[in-house]
Amino acid sequence: MGFLLFLVLLIAAWQGIYWLGVEILALWKPYAMPSPLGVAESFLDLCQDGRLLEATGNSLLRGIGGYVIALVIGVALGLLIHQSKYLQKNLKPLVLGVQTLPSVCWVPFSILWFGLTTQAILFVVVMGAAFSVAISVDNAIKNVQPIYTKAALTLGANKKQLYLYVILPACLPELVAGMKQGWSFAWRALMAGEVMTTSVGLGQTLIMGRDLADINQVMLVMLVIVLVGIIIDKCIFSVAEKRILRKRGLTGGNE
Amino acid sequence: MALVLEGLCKRFDNSEKDTLHEIDLEVKTGEFVCIVGASGCGKSTLLNLVAGLEQPTQGKVLLDGEEVLKPGADRTVMFQEHGLFPWLSVLENVKFGMRMAGFSKEEQDKKAQHYLEMVKLWDYRDYPIHQISGGMRQRTALARSLTMESRVLLMDEPFSALDKQTSNRLREELQRIWMETKQTILFITHSVEEAVYLADRVVVLSPDSGKVAEIVTIDLPRPRHVYAPEFVELRHRILEEVRGEAV
Repeated sequence: MGFLLFLVLLIAAWQGIYWLGVEILALWKPYAMPSPLGVAESFLDLCQDGRLLEATGNSLLRGIGGYVIALVIGVALGLLIHQSKYLQKNLKPLVLGVQTLPSVCWVPFSILWFGLTTQAILFVVVMGAAFSVAISVDNAIKNVQPIYTKAALTLGANKKQLYLYVILPACLPELVAGMKQGWSFAWRALMAGEVMTTSVGLGQTLIMGRDLADINQVMLVMLVIVLVGIIIDKCIFSVAEKRILRKRGLTGGNE
Repeated sequence: MALVLEGLCKRFDNSEKDTLHEIDLEVKTGEFVCIVGASGCGKSTLLNLVAGLEQPTQGKVLLDGEEVLKPGADRTVMFQEHGLFPWLSVLENVKFGMRMAGFSKEEQDKKAQHYLEMVKLWDYRDYPIHQISGGMRQRTALARSLTMESRVLLMDEPFSALDKQTSNRLREELQRIWMETKQTILFITHSVEEAVYLADRVVVLSPDSGKVAEIVTIDLPRPRHVYAPEFVELRHRILEEVRGEAV
């Protein structure tokens, strides 16, 4: 409830500043400054013709699709790096380096290779998320306490059983944290990919707002992007994380 | 002979002398052997070699005539830190080894119940690991090791992370369980009292040479009492041996 009140106050302040800066003192041009009322109007507009829903749906589908591909590639790459001392030493630093690359840097490549297509967007998403997933898979496995492995081996587990029944569950909390980070990378990369194409999506709607000099639409899309990100984080990853930690008695009591 | 160590040497890469030097030891089936020594004398290294978690530089470990090359359920280890899996309940932890070996459900249930009752934890079978005490965790680990009915059970200071009272109670129970099961046990400890209390034979490792300094046969009747004069005398003798070499 406290948070809701804070939001209301924040929006009121925003409206106040807009009113003062744009309408009374005329410090800013109206096309350069969004207002809560303007955003609400834009929201109603885009809802009426169903464009907002379609854009959000398309973006979500692409985001999830790209994320799943990134997970598969990332987990495979992470396992590969973990398995081999050689790759650990030589490939991992490179993957770490590439991971720091902002996903928008992949846009020129994706356009050259795939054109202005959905594949091009997916490519950017995959590139934006897969490497971070790979790194966290390798780290998660490495951080498994050696005592678990020793105990399992002396209880007769073979290599396959060791990975399936011990290492996987042991690194699950870290793995989920890595997947969560991967999702946030994927979602950001998606926007970088979408702003370049013309197929309906949140990124494209945002750019359309810019082209129409409709700053309220730009602001609206930004808010929707944040909202979707928060909802996915809270409803999927945070729930999974808390569940796993509680089962193991590891909840630190925060939240 | 269940377990034979033949001229076992271990030298670590960064070391100039052997941590363990030409260790010869034979453990009979059903025997309880304790290895004592000051810290740093290579006790745990010896256990890791028998477990197959490390490889000897020279010599070999034979289990019923077969050379030990890797870890296996015929040499289950109970560790100082319990090593229980926090994502499994007490019962699931105890069943783990049997599950890996592909035992039938009925057999898993039967044995798990048998050994959990033996360590008096059957009522706690559904508890998660984080909700039971340190002593109960070690009992769970003991039950988990016992289900394997290994040819030799290896114990690496299993009670030394516990408080004195709990550790004393657990060693009493271990003695009772050993008398019941006649499980062959190789037990590592720094506590001479614990060794004299539990063992048929106490092997004293010397920290300087990494050799066996002495092997003492303890033929006191069980259950033993730590204040009995014979017990105190033996304890002193072995303690001097451990200390004398450690200076």
